[in-house]
Amino acid sequence: MRPAAQCRRFCFVDFHTFLIQLLNGVQYGLLLFLVSSGLTLVFGIMGVINVAHGSFYMIGAYLAWSLAGASGSFWIALPVGIVLTAAFGFLLEMLLIRKLYARDHLYQVLLTYGLILVFEEARSILWGDDVRGVQIPQLLSASLALTDTLSYPVYRLWISAVCLLVAASMYWVMQKTRIGMMIRAGAFNREMVQSLGIDVALLSRFVFAAGIALAGLAGMIAAPISAVFPGMGNQVLILCFVVIVIGGMGSVKGAMVASLLIGLVDTFGKVLHLEIAGLKLLPELSGMAVYILMAAILLWRPEGIFGRKT
Amino acid sequence: MTKQVFDRRQFLKTTAGAVVAGAGAALPGLVLAQGARIKVGLMLPYTGTFAPLGVAIENGFRLALAENGGKFGGREIEFSKVDDESEPSKATDNVNRLVNRDKVDVVIGTVHSGVAAGMVRVTREAGVLHMIPNAGLSQATGVLCAPNIIRTSFSNWQPGYGMGVALSKRKNVKNVVTIAWRYAAGEESVKGFKDGYLKGGGAIAKELWLPFPNVEFQALLTEIASVRPDAVYAFFAGGGAAKFLKDYAQAGLNKSIPLVGPGFLTDGVLEAVGASAQGVETSLHYADDLKFKRDKEFRLAYAKTYKLQPDVYAVQGYDTGLLLAAGLKAVNGDVSRKKELIAAMEKTTVNSPRGNWHLSKAHNPVQDMYLRKVVGVENKYEGVAVKALDDDPSVMAQCKMG
Repeated sequence: MRPAAQCRRFCFVDFHTFLIQLLNGVQYGLLLFLVSSGLTLVFGIMGVINVAHGSFYMIGAYLAWSLAGASGSFWIALPVGIVLTAAFGFLLEMLLIRKLYARDHLYQVLLTYGLILVFEEARSILWGDDVRGVQIPQLLSASLALTDTLSYPVYRLWISAVCLLVAASMYWVMQKTRIGMMIRAGAFNREMVQSLGIDVALLSRFVFAAGIALAGLAGMIAAPISAVFPGMGNQVLILCFVVIVIGGMGSVKGAMVASLLIGLVDTFGKVLHLEIAGLKLLPELSGMAVYILMAAILLWRPEGIFGRKT
Repeated sequence: MTKQVFDRRQFLKTTAGAVVAGAGAALPGLVLAQGARIKVGLMLPYTGTFAPLGVAIENGFRLALAENGGKFGGREIEFSKVDDESEPSKATDNVNRLVNRDKVDVVIGTVHSGVAAGMVRVTREAGVLHMIPNAGLSQATGVLCAPNIIRTSFSNWQPGYGMGVALSKRKNVKNVVTIAWRYAAGEESVKGFKDGYLKGGGAIAKELWLPFPNVEFQALLTEIASVRPDAVYAFFAGGGAAKFLKDYAQAGLNKSIPLVGPGFLTDGVLEAVGASAQGVETSLHYADDLKFKRDKEFRLAYAKTYKLQPDVYAVQGYDTGLLLAAGLKAVNGDVSRKKELIAAMEKTTVNSPRGNWHLSKAHNPVQDMYLRKVVGVENKYEGVAVKALDDDPSVMAQCKMG
């Protein structure tokens, strides 16, 4: 072992470790993209501020736990959970959210904040307050040896693959299909699209449902590597908004770039040593690194990296 | 928010009390002084992540009360309950509800250290008896200590120190990496570990920190793998602890680098993490299979009453009841004789399920720290790490009682 004390700034024990950290950063970034993808649809494209996004992530995780427990298989829990959360999002839009499109953003914040409280309480009644765990499915439970002490779970790599798949399909649907065009047009000018004979109300309902299903999917997929616990959604919520703000409202591409940036900044912020003029900056301030990145990007491009100028 | 749970039994008691009070109205003074109830204010988390801990503490306290015939010092107890929501920003308002509005004689609370810090600031000024059944912040029995503030649980430093001493005796553990959340509890726990471990001539290879409550451990696990220490000391709790144990095992580190920590690393999460935590060693003032007769009786009574297995939090609530009972007995239930009441508590040796303990001069428990090892879903007792451990000497030196 080489003593870390000799290492003052920007240095790693070896190049190998640097590569592994790079992998960690990219992997975390992809996971962040998955978690925030639902919010990209709902907030970024529809313009609805859904602060309960984290709650759907938590609900997804708890669904994975209870459905996998009931059915005995993660692979059954996954599709059932997606259908349930999508149906739930559909109902929610029909009963509550659609009344707020015409109103100020503040009403959306109030309503969805109320939903957080309702969901937390419902979670407590339905599933209790204990910490739960979900088994990694047998098929993906292996690990790859990276060094003789460190191995990398195959499940994490699978998550990355799912994230890329979700990103590619979102991009394709939004940019290359007629539906995507209608969604984007509807978000841009609701009345105009309506007058062209497109049922914007129904379209919004499906988009919202898809956004909720994506949040649920993220929770379900993250459940086996994370633990399932009360309030887990609140931890990801803020990062999700940071992703959208950095990437630019409504841009799937932007969300992807922002997620990767955040993943890398967070990872290297925790392990790099940075001292300027005797001030210890990293890793002491690693908790702030992501927000400093956001502030810097907003100064440079207030609309986000891929955002449209308004 | 006040939550008054008012079941039928309490209703009967209250109406019965009203009838008695009505009858006693003919003879005011004497009867009222004898019959007035002692008001106990419970400020605990009843919602949120820590809700099960709050419930366990209250259950333990009520079990001690029931075993004492429903009375302390010959007087009945009346409860006021406040849900502290583990929300430090509401701590002052919440504790003021108990102290100023309900005018309670004793405040019991709480779990979260940040909330407890807010409570202590109020109870210190008000002078009301305040018993802390969990929160391990050093200030409560350090710089903010006071005669009326009494802790029945632990200080964050204690379990860390216990684990440090245990590791310092192992010849093959020469360098250790510590990893913890960077906030008061994490820093105090790591300090305890270092104070215990460094005395044995070992070294700390690296201190790793995460902002609280960040649970993205992968980057730091990679660091641990590249440093290759002989052991890792980790401080996390609740959901974060569960995720850390799983990530540690999935990174394959559990095969080559032993993981140790304070008891909170493995308490309450073993069902969730399954095989990941097997063999993890921790130190705490309680274990799942202590050999005391007292503990066996307590576990049986608790399981019978609540249809639940007790945990360390239930024991802390129970001990709060035992200590309060001893104090009130000495003054025949007269809470106005506060000095004598506190002096009696200071002299009490609590015959607890965790083993005997007593208060230090700074009012923190002087207690045995046990070494435990995870086997199946239990924290199995392995031995005593440190006997009759007092708090961090540097913290005690800050306590100016008077």
